[in-house]
Amino acid sequence: MARFPFSAIVGQDEMKTALLIAAVEPAIGGVMVFGDRGTGKSTAARALAALLPPITVVEGCRFGCEPDQRGTCPDPCTSGRKAKQAVPFVDLPLGATEDRVIGALDLERALRAGEKSFEPGLLARAHRGFLYVDEINLLEDHLVDLLLDVAASGENLVEREGLSVRHRARFVLIGSGNPEEGELRPQLLDRFGLSVEVRTPESIPDRVEIMRRCSAQERDPEGFAGQWDAAEQKVLRQIARGQKKLPDMDVPDDVLHDAAELCAAVRADGLRGELTLMRAARALAALKGAKAVRREHLLEVAPMALRHRLRRDVLDETGSTARIERAMEELFE
Amino acid sequence: MTGGGPAADARLALHLLALAPVQLGGACLRGGGPLRDMLVEEFRALLDPDTPWRRLPPHIDDERLLGGIDVAASLAAGKAVRQTGLLVEAAGGIMAIPMAERAGEALAGRIAQSLDGNHRGPAVILFDDGASEDERPPASLLERVALHCDLTTAKTCEMPRSMPREAIAPEHVGPVDDEGLSALAGTAEALGVDSVRALLFAMAAARTHAAACGRRTVEADDLAAAARLVLGPRATQMPPQPEQAPPADKEAPDNDAREQASDQVEHTLEDIVLDAATSSIPADLLERLASGLMQSRARGGGGGRRTRSRLRGKPLGARPGLPRGGARLALVDTLRAAVPWQPIRRSDPAFADRSTIVVRKEDVRVRRFEERAAAVTIFCVDASGSAAMARLAEAKGAVERLLAQAYVKRTEVALIAFRGAGAEILLPPTRSLTRARRALAALPGGGGTPLASGISNACLLAEAEQAKGRTPFLVFLTDGSANVSRDGTGGRTRAREDADAAAKAIAAAGHSAILIDISPRPRPDAEQLAVSMRARYLPLPLADSGAIERAVLDAQSRIAA
Repeated sequence: MARFPFSAIVGQDEMKTALLIAAVEPAIGGVMVFGDRGTGKSTAARALAALLPPITVVEGCRFGCEPDQRGTCPDPCTSGRKAKQAVPFVDLPLGATEDRVIGALDLERALRAGEKSFEPGLLARAHRGFLYVDEINLLEDHLVDLLLDVAASGENLVEREGLSVRHRARFVLIGSGNPEEGELRPQLLDRFGLSVEVRTPESIPDRVEIMRRCSAQERDPEGFAGQWDAAEQKVLRQIARGQKKLPDMDVPDDVLHDAAELCAAVRADGLRGELTLMRAARALAALKGAKAVRREHLLEVAPMALRHRLRRDVLDETGSTARIERAMEELFE
Repeated sequence: MTGGGPAADARLALHLLALAPVQLGGACLRGGGPLRDMLVEEFRALLDPDTPWRRLPPHIDDERLLGGIDVAASLAAGKAVRQTGLLVEAAGGIMAIPMAERAGEALAGRIAQSLDGNHRGPAVILFDDGASEDERPPASLLERVALHCDLTTAKTCEMPRSMPREAIAPEHVGPVDDEGLSALAGTAEALGVDSVRALLFAMAAARTHAAACGRRTVEADDLAAAARLVLGPRATQMPPQPEQAPPADKEAPDNDAREQASDQVEHTLEDIVLDAATSSIPADLLERLASGLMQSRARGGGGGRRTRSRLRGKPLGARPGLPRGGARLALVDTLRAAVPWQPIRRSDPAFADRSTIVVRKEDVRVRRFEERAAAVTIFCVDASGSAAMARLAEAKGAVERLLAQAYVKRTEVALIAFRGAGAEILLPPTRSLTRARRALAALPGGGGTPLASGISNACLLAEAEQAKGRTPFLVFLTDGSANVSRDGTGGRTRAREDADAAAKAIAAAGHSAILIDISPRPRPDAEQLAVSMRARYLPLPLADSGAIERAVLDAQSRIAA
């Protein structure tokens, strides 16, 4: 079935921006999406994965090696041919075992040949793509830890069952959850690069528009995709431009100063806030085709880069977003 | 006989599901007993005889559900034998999930994924036999099936005549027009249904209903039926009532609705749709709204919280040992242990001719589980007039601080308040700061001190939590001066006797507890109470929320040690 076009998603601007930033700058370290069920969290993530141009891999490689990395994976892959495949989108099920996530001893080969070999898990499948974890707040802590660790290092290291394997696993980690159902530990939350809050569109016309588009897409997926093709191409060009511009994107000193001041004002814990803020601002500036990072870029990404890092004052009813916005107003207006 | 009534609705819902299983995702049938079985039989008769129908055993493992290596067959054959997963077998058909209210989150997650995915998985029918409000199928599954039917109050005699048979394929029905979409969106908003998925389901249900009636365009009663089957049961609030429309009789599921709809020209389409949806709002919605439970159910907290309990323990991996005394054989781990030795073992002449894997006793592994008893801290707060308002604020502060700790440590917190004539659970055990804050904000003060009710309620909650395999810890914040007895009447002596009896029940049950005396001048009352419940007694006349927090954490760590 054809995926829903990314640009046809109604509203959800913050989430779309965050996803684009993550697509341009994978080092950002994952996006945490807070929101109720049925708000289109996974639709947006899937749509972006489907939109991206196919990746070139060594034919038959189970680890998604790029052609110039041939033979560097644990298999190692040997095929001299290249193949195109869609950007992987892996949906991590809630009850996934560690085996399935990181990979395990290949039982089939062990049984057949008495051979010790590695069966890649979901992390290998997600390489160069997206790993989506719905209700990540309900996932066992040790698995969340592991995911964040691999997402940050870009490498999966397996040392178990007599196996000693390492393989590349660079992916954009997208976690979603509903804070009403229990929270993620702050230590884990802090390790996500960006966090966005998704709500259902409240206006009736928006909701009618959603139904109209979904029904149109269901009736004629191809025709619908055709209608949105121009918009989709525009997003693709924007991503390509962002990726090209990002390495040379300059962050002027005064913007760095702004970032530090803002983090101090909202008392964001640790240095990760500043770093992410800067990276996200760079990526956004690159996406927008700017020559250098400006304060407006910083302000646009500040809520998503910082809101999950504020120390929670349990007696303070004000939401994190409001606190950041207040600080931005006080500092920069 | 006109339609209406839960049985007729369920029947209609299953009829629609038979026409469009993929679009509607499935149905949830709550309660109903033999009537439900009858409806399901009828539903099966509607399906093409070749449609796969699978029943999901509650304790299915991943290999069977998703497919994988059949270990037993592989062992016998000496080569890997794959088995197909149940989800694949049922693809394009129906998966029946009995006792869905007991399905774990892991299972629910996988089924939800197959429903979400590329539309190749089966539609599901959830059989919900939950008795209490909290016992519901996992929210992630409920969200993904369009049709929710509550048969708990249904009677057989309500069954309507047979369904129309002139159905056409749903894809021949034109799209819902803008007025219809607005009516659905407006209805969803009025009922507090936030999920866009529900809206899309309502749209699909309306078209399927039109198809069931053999129409190519969606009309008012199609929208009304969709609202009744999809939106009403998901309501999280009563619709605002500008002018109360005449009740009931416009909820006909089939042809009768046409005539009735024509009587209502003065109503806008949205009114008709909203009325229809209102007829299927769960009967106990108002009650639940009042008790504050709604918020959690609407957002799926109920299901999640229950299944998050670690009843079965976290698998710790396998260790060498023989499967006896209740230990279960860890087959895969056993094989893993045997595999590296195969070349050596085959070189032993005794096994040389064996083509299968050679397993020895020392390879055998058994499963281990860690029964991690999650802790639940139950606060029982005296909100009466005698515990002055200032103290109450400190108590609230302490609860919030402890909760902030609790969610770091993944323990849960519950809150019981007693004042006036009785005690109530303001906050069922939760880890959610958001919910707790809301409950605390709503905590009023003043009135008599029904200490006995407070203590008994705390004891009951502690027992319920213990039954779920968690370790309760009780924290009482009171001045110990009871003046309302258990039956809600005044009188100090009776009240004190009742409180003392309730306290002894806690001692008898063996729950760990701490009693913090929050009166400005500690009196023997509270200390006596602490002795009765064998709790630690802590007079904190000048305590602020920080001191209370430290005291509780300290007491907890002593118990843990």
